[in-house]
Amino acid sequence: MLQDKDRIFTNLYGLHDWRLPGARKRGAWDNTGGLIQKGRDYIIDEMKASGLRGRGGAGFPTGLKWSFMPKENDGRPHYLVVNADESEPGTCKDREIMRNDPHILLEGCLIAGFSMGANTCYIYLRGEYIEVRHRLQAAIDEAYEAGLLGKNAAGSGWDYDIYLHHGAGAYICGEETALLESLEGKKGQPRLKPPFPANMGLYGCPTTVNNVESIAVAPTILRRGSSWFDNLGRPGNTGTKIFSISGHVNNPCNVEEEMGISLRELIERHAGGVRGGWDNLLAIIPGGSSVPLLPKEICDTVLMDFDSLKEVQSGLGTAAVIVMDKSTDIVKAIARLAAFYKHESCGQCTPCREGTGWMWRVMERLVKGEAQKSEIDMLWDVTKQVEGHTICALGDAAAWPVQGLIRHFRKEIEDRIDANAGQVAAE
Amino acid sequence: MAISKITKDSAEAFAFSAPKLEWAKKQLEKYPADRKQSCVIPFLWEAQKENGGYVDAAVVRYLSDMLDMAEIRVYEVVSFYTMFNTAPVGEHFVQVCTTTPCWLRGSDEIVKVCKNKIARAANTLSEDGKFSWMEVECLGACANAPMVQINDNYFEDLDETIMAEILDALAEGKDVTPGSQKGRKSSEPFGELTSLSDPALYGGAE
Repeated sequence: MLQDKDRIFTNLYGLHDWRLPGARKRGAWDNTGGLIQKGRDYIIDEMKASGLRGRGGAGFPTGLKWSFMPKENDGRPHYLVVNADESEPGTCKDREIMRNDPHILLEGCLIAGFSMGANTCYIYLRGEYIEVRHRLQAAIDEAYEAGLLGKNAAGSGWDYDIYLHHGAGAYICGEETALLESLEGKKGQPRLKPPFPANMGLYGCPTTVNNVESIAVAPTILRRGSSWFDNLGRPGNTGTKIFSISGHVNNPCNVEEEMGISLRELIERHAGGVRGGWDNLLAIIPGGSSVPLLPKEICDTVLMDFDSLKEVQSGLGTAAVIVMDKSTDIVKAIARLAAFYKHESCGQCTPCREGTGWMWRVMERLVKGEAQKSEIDMLWDVTKQVEGHTICALGDAAAWPVQGLIRHFRKEIEDRIDANAGQVAAE
Repeated sequence: MAISKITKDSAEAFAFSAPKLEWAKKQLEKYPADRKQSCVIPFLWEAQKENGGYVDAAVVRYLSDMLDMAEIRVYEVVSFYTMFNTAPVGEHFVQVCTTTPCWLRGSDEIVKVCKNKIARAANTLSEDGKFSWMEVECLGACANAPMVQINDNYFEDLDETIMAEILDALAEGKDVTPGSQKGRKSSEPFGELTSLSDPALYGGAE
């Protein structure tokens, strides 16, 4: 189990002062200028050596991503954009970072921005987080007043501005190029890649988009050294991670734990266990709504990191653990997610626009068993026609939960079809 | 994709209040001078507030003028983003999260309370005209499910009884306290902390 001394988010629950003096007491903004003066290469090498993989869902190595920004400035400004559009169902971690420990995010923005030659950072916050917006803006104002942002930010010799921007309710804006479109004042429809944002991002300028948690852990990694972070977790899956645990547990919560903790230990140690005991468990979605669910027998032993969950045909995603006990109508739980993706499809690509609606309508019939068994294979086939055939990953995200259901609960679906057929025959 | 049509009962004209105009000028400074369009979402949001909770054709015209955008480009944004209402909503606008994490913890019960106390159908004004409700997708407070957003505030850790009490209090014009309704500060586990309890983290004293 992770010890408190190795936790990065020491005010995750807001039990202590979130303002600058409190944050400083907990170690934020300590010698930031000195860290920056070690230079771009030093920072990027350290981030690479730490093994940090992006915390927004895709798990791309963060240091490598930073290194993609052009080394020389060709006259266009460089931008860091922080993806604070947290909307993946089950995920509620960035909200706690931003409202309870905003200064570690801001410090991370300065360090990350410097390492990619950016003087400007936009934080794109989801529109519904209104309380968070006020809190974060207050923290930004404090940082400017204290000379930590603005000209010669934190005595680093680097000029740096952070601007807070917000959206207005669209899951798709968590996709990085949709987010950039939205930040430019347009509908949030993803862009074709290439060109990639590192060459043509916000306003056609080199841009890197990173998740809140990925940015917020950077200052601590640099202060404590990449080897400290790299020694936590398992090779290729290093460091600590905030897990959001929701659903049928006794004590739903967010908690920062070591990567690679077993799913069972995570739930029993921090969330008070599954409602009615571990044996009352039916299934768990381990990484936010987009990843396939896991039945109990896999949950018994699986470890919570990128590679372990990939091995069992699921994913770590945002590490949002959605727990379902035996009382759950599992088909309905996934049908509700299908409704979510239908609602959130931006409508740009036909397979996703039509496919999400189609999958949802079939799922609704499967809930009641009003279907033919052959339609289960047809549904599987349609998920495969959506997956991988769209500009962004929303199509994949809509297909995977349905695939997970069919993979592990096919019998449940068939039983309902039989039961319904029996009922119809009896009438 | 949601379909939203702008109400036919649109005002003749809309304009920001003087303080809001000052605010807007400051916002424009955040973006490059030739990128005024970036302000359209924050401006629409504030305009919606000043326009009684929804965006109408007058708001669209006003902002298209202010930001040098074609009206259709503004309207496109209005209809794309779900936080923009295109018809009147209640003074207390209740948005119930019903996505799977909230549903697992009883959002159906919360919807039932809204149907009984506000209006049978979503997006319909209550009899006293003060309330309306709708179902929304995940609001990102899943460890505090089930939850609702009423105007700017999240109300978390709800159940049927608590939700009814909140709506009653609002109907009587009383203040209600947002956040967890079961005494949590944020999303820490109920009861004893399982992490972040080492006093050494906080200088030994706090």
